[in-house]
Amino acid sequence: MKKRGIKILLPAILYIIAIAVSFENGLINTCIFIVSYLIVGFDILKKALRNIIRGKVFDENFLMAVATLGAFGIGEFPEAVAVMLFYQVGELFQSYAVDKSRKSISSLMDIRPDFANLVKEDKIEKVDPDDVEIGNIIIVKPGEKVPLDGVVIEGISMIDTMALTGESVPRKVEVGNEILSGCINQNGLLKIKVAREYDESTVSKILELVENASNKKSKSENFITKFAKYYTPIVVIIAVILAFIPPIIFKDATFSDWIYRALSFLVVSCPCALVISIPLSFFGGIGGASKMGVLIKGSNYLEALANTEIVVFDKTGTLTKGVFEVQKIETEDISEDELIRISAYAENYSNHPIAQSIKKAYNKPIDEKLIDNTEELSGLGIIAQIEDKKVLVGNEKLMQKNNIKYKKCDDVGTILYVAINNEFKGFILISDKIKDDAFETIKKLKESNIKQTVMLTGDRKDVADDVAKKLSIDKVCSELLPDEKVKEVEKLLKTRSEKGKLAFVGDGINDAPVLAISDIGIAMGGLGSDAAIEASDIVIMTDKPSEIGNAIKLSKKTMRIVYQNIIFAIFVKVVVLILSALGLSTMWEAVFADVGVSMIAIINALRVLRGIK
Amino acid sequence: MKVKFKIKGLDCANCAAELERKIQKIEGITEASISFMTEKMIIECNDNEKDEIVEKIKKVVKKEEPDVVVEER
Repeated sequence: MKKRGIKILLPAILYIIAIAVSFENGLINTCIFIVSYLIVGFDILKKALRNIIRGKVFDENFLMAVATLGAFGIGEFPEAVAVMLFYQVGELFQSYAVDKSRKSISSLMDIRPDFANLVKEDKIEKVDPDDVEIGNIIIVKPGEKVPLDGVVIEGISMIDTMALTGESVPRKVEVGNEILSGCINQNGLLKIKVAREYDESTVSKILELVENASNKKSKSENFITKFAKYYTPIVVIIAVILAFIPPIIFKDATFSDWIYRALSFLVVSCPCALVISIPLSFFGGIGGASKMGVLIKGSNYLEALANTEIVVFDKTGTLTKGVFEVQKIETEDISEDELIRISAYAENYSNHPIAQSIKKAYNKPIDEKLIDNTEELSGLGIIAQIEDKKVLVGNEKLMQKNNIKYKKCDDVGTILYVAINNEFKGFILISDKIKDDAFETIKKLKESNIKQTVMLTGDRKDVADDVAKKLSIDKVCSELLPDEKVKEVEKLLKTRSEKGKLAFVGDGINDAPVLAISDIGIAMGGLGSDAAIEASDIVIMTDKPSEIGNAIKLSKKTMRIVYQNIIFAIFVKVVVLILSALGLSTMWEAVFADVGVSMIAIINALRVLRGIK
Repeated sequence: MKVKFKIKGLDCANCAAELERKIQKIEGITEASISFMTEKMIIECNDNEKDEIVEKIKKVVKKEEPDVVVEER
């Protein structure tokens, strides 16, 4: 970089001297121009020569060489040097920008562990994470990155998963917990038994995914490279025509005038400025998304995301927590704690998820000696003898069958009625809880002009309708079997517009077929779930659905920048071409159309790196 | 099978696009994609032709962009 800087600075000074000072002998000025030209343009001339030998005519080195040498030929010394100077400044700036965005993205994905502290019989050795095998024991000190996936066998600590999930709240891990590579150990010393080799560990999976993302190209990227493929030869051919035909046809047209116009064409015809800003924007967009904990598997998906019209959610585990919790208790002549205690005892031997959530709500050890007898009645509930009392826990039918007068609960969810010695004592409402940020998710999607939000679920209609109403989701399809979900999505795919896309959001485990037929398959809770990462196009590392809204916003910002750049660059180039052909603009404008436009486009592209804030 | 390469020394995005086009034309390669930003190339080819194809790629790169180094990863 430094060497390149000097190669520009030195001739630039010479150039200014040659312009500012008129030596008595004009030849001295010419000599200074030639010397500075040779210094600044040597590399270009060398490459151009090599390319001609290999028959590569439309290469930008060649174009620049011809344009500037031509300017020398018709006696425009200052312009020849200036064009070359600006071109080199532009190149320098471009490689600086590319370098900078590469670095800022790799620092944001700086989760690659450098070493692992492997425990050997008598010592601890620092080794390459690649050399650690499954079953080995490693130590992670405070401040170090967890190098491989494993299970904690000693120690307690807080771990920072920010780099993986974008989540800033640290998580607690203790003995028996699974721990994922890429997290940073904050305070305690952890001993970990390695469960996966490095190549299979979370950190390498994620790195590979993000690094390969820019290989899946978007339509706009393909458009611009294709455009460049035709643009350059066409402009060059017009330049040749422009240089020779008018002077031959028109009497008062001079060769030097028209050649000058043609040379301006050659300067404008360089394709690179146009091409670089597009992949740079996408690269920035993908990087910005991974900073938020959203992994996008390709530029094409980022582009598709910006055109999303319909977002389809799976209910359980995506919009709701997928865990059944006690939401409400109402009692008659008994304390809430006692009602829960009695119910937990009655449900003690049941494996039903409902029983699990009651036991979780009670959260105390159960003295099994107090339970005399329990009987599970399928489709009704449980009858148990506890502390010499006859306890009934179950649905309305169970109450009706035993002629118990009960108070009906009107809330939506699973309701357990409890009776002791044939007397109604209260009910417990258990339901899946809506995730806190599900509300924000739908709001954000509406803000981003998503036309329709849909929820699919295998759950009962009343439960589904209730969730949808609370979240103000546009459409609900409930009581669906897995293959019916596919059919529903197929139907929805027909309703979107030609350019519009449909995104499906699920947990990535049970809904692989739906993820596959959607335009964009989004899996939630990707952290630690290989299946989710594998099956989807976009992975949300946390279980926060609101990240989808953020990702859509970012994709729209990226696409805005992409379009701005394409339109701006092509517009300026065409205008300058027309003006040059008419003889209204000089080589200076031509240099701006090449180097200036590329700089502005690159600066515009770098805006994506800042994310959506 | 997919083969990945590291491509070092590419000057510009357009050169990358051109090189990609040339490599796509190599017989036996069903898909080739070069990312200028990450300096990586991924190609798709038949298992048994792999060595032959890697050689062909190196030849093409040497002809098109003599300053560029390709390494299989």
